[in-house]
Amino acid sequence: MSLLELNDVSTGYGHFQALFNINLRIEEGETHAVIGANGAGKSTLLRTICGLLRTEAEKVRFDGRPVGQLPPNKRVGLGISYVPEGRWVFPSLTVAENLMVGAHSRRTGMWTMDKVYELFPLLSRLRQRQAFSLSGGEQQALAIGRGLMSNPRLLLLDEVSLGLAPVVVEKIYEAMPAIIKSGTTVLLVEQDVGQAIRFADRITCMLEGRQVLEGSPKEISNEEIFAAYFGV
Amino acid sequence: MIWVNDIIQGILLGGLYALFAAGLSLVFGVMRLVNLAHGDFGVMAAYISLAIVGSLHVNPFYTILMVMVVMAIFGYAVQRGLLNFAMDAGPLQAILATFGIAIIIQNVLLERFTANSKGLDAGAIETAVIKLSNQVVIGWFPLVTAIVSVIVLLGLQFFLGRTRMGRAFRATADNQRAAQLMGIDNRHLYGMAMAFALTIVAIGGVFIGIRTTFNPSAGPMRLIFAYEAVIIGGLGSLWGTLVGGIILGVAQVLGDHAQQGWGILVGHLVFLALLAFRPQGLFAKQVQ
Repeated sequence: MSLLELNDVSTGYGHFQALFNINLRIEEGETHAVIGANGAGKSTLLRTICGLLRTEAEKVRFDGRPVGQLPPNKRVGLGISYVPEGRWVFPSLTVAENLMVGAHSRRTGMWTMDKVYELFPLLSRLRQRQAFSLSGGEQQALAIGRGLMSNPRLLLLDEVSLGLAPVVVEKIYEAMPAIIKSGTTVLLVEQDVGQAIRFADRITCMLEGRQVLEGSPKEISNEEIFAAYFGV
Repeated sequence: MIWVNDIIQGILLGGLYALFAAGLSLVFGVMRLVNLAHGDFGVMAAYISLAIVGSLHVNPFYTILMVMVVMAIFGYAVQRGLLNFAMDAGPLQAILATFGIAIIIQNVLLERFTANSKGLDAGAIETAVIKLSNQVVIGWFPLVTAIVSVIVLLGLQFFLGRTRMGRAFRATADNQRAAQLMGIDNRHLYGMAMAFALTIVAIGGVFIGIRTTFNPSAGPMRLIFAYEAVIIGGLGSLWGTLVGGIILGVAQVLGDHAQQGWGILVGHLVFLALLAFRPQGLFAKQVQ
């Protein structure tokens, strides 16, 4: 049984359909990257998994359990943590408070505040700073740390590199090996194909709401990815 | 010296306004709900106390705990049973729903208790005074009221700053969807916010019921005072709300001193002046 199963998911916003018949299996411990151009439906896919978008219960199964109808706050309790595009840190709360709120679901495990500070040393001297005063990179680190505080079995990372300088992106991705090593299953969405492929065991490429390519990055050539990404 | 006395009375009155305003500010802060029934909730609390006093023949002070519990349960139920759905429909629908609740409360109270003014009799403390000089006299009851309101605000500050649920309140105020992604059940949280707000207004309602008489239509005026206190102080600032209440209280007492009956008008004018020159309030939190 896969940790996460999407069965023929089609969804969207109002009359706009963003996903068409998505089927996806993610195994426990796997790192899976979803790549694709702007508007390909990557973020919609993650939102369907974390519960910001609902679908028929059976179409999203987590650890065998139908969760498609559950609201996000219930899915966190089961171990699905979503680090949103745009970061969504709590601006008036301090860094430490953001992390404490991240642990609201009371799931225990290896991730604690100290471990998060160890993972992102840049955060540890900002503990008492309000999150609105942080730089974009610091906010992204905080958002990921906050997402880990619920000790998720599945961590969803949405466009980590968005709007950040390459140097900063590099710094954030330095944390990836430690997250993967902790046993957390990671599903990440990236426009930056290079970053995505570096850590992923498997990749899925999306185009206009449909899956167009899936496999291990070792087996897929750059030309195939290029063709799938741009739909040529 | 008589002015000193007025200012002291105004400050003590301000504490009472802050008690009314704190719950209003909490509800607006956490769920962006403009609650037009807040004043009526306070009046309702006074009537519940009156009913308990009537059947148990105790001092209204002893009813406060019971009134707080009743109001908390009522608040949670109204939020989960009605206002959450109205908020799903949109902010305007939610305001209208609170307006409807206000009208229902007023009419139920009218039906049950008549339009006659009622008062809560707390006994000797109502007239006991501390005489500092011939012209400066502090009433024990207003003093107790002010002290209680400071304690309540301190308690609220501790709750919001140091507890798990308090942090969840502030996180939801910052970004509701992100809070949900942390596992915070917003519908339950909104219910709790309303329960807290009505617990605080229960204290304010009973105190104001002891201080002055009340009738079923007294709510809207108290709502206006509470809003004025919140806005003078600045949204989101608890201690600003206390200062706002004090400014309003002092303005009213001084106004009444200058010309009997002008107090409320002067209070409104001071509010309007502050709104014109400092629309964000005196202690508005600067975030983002």
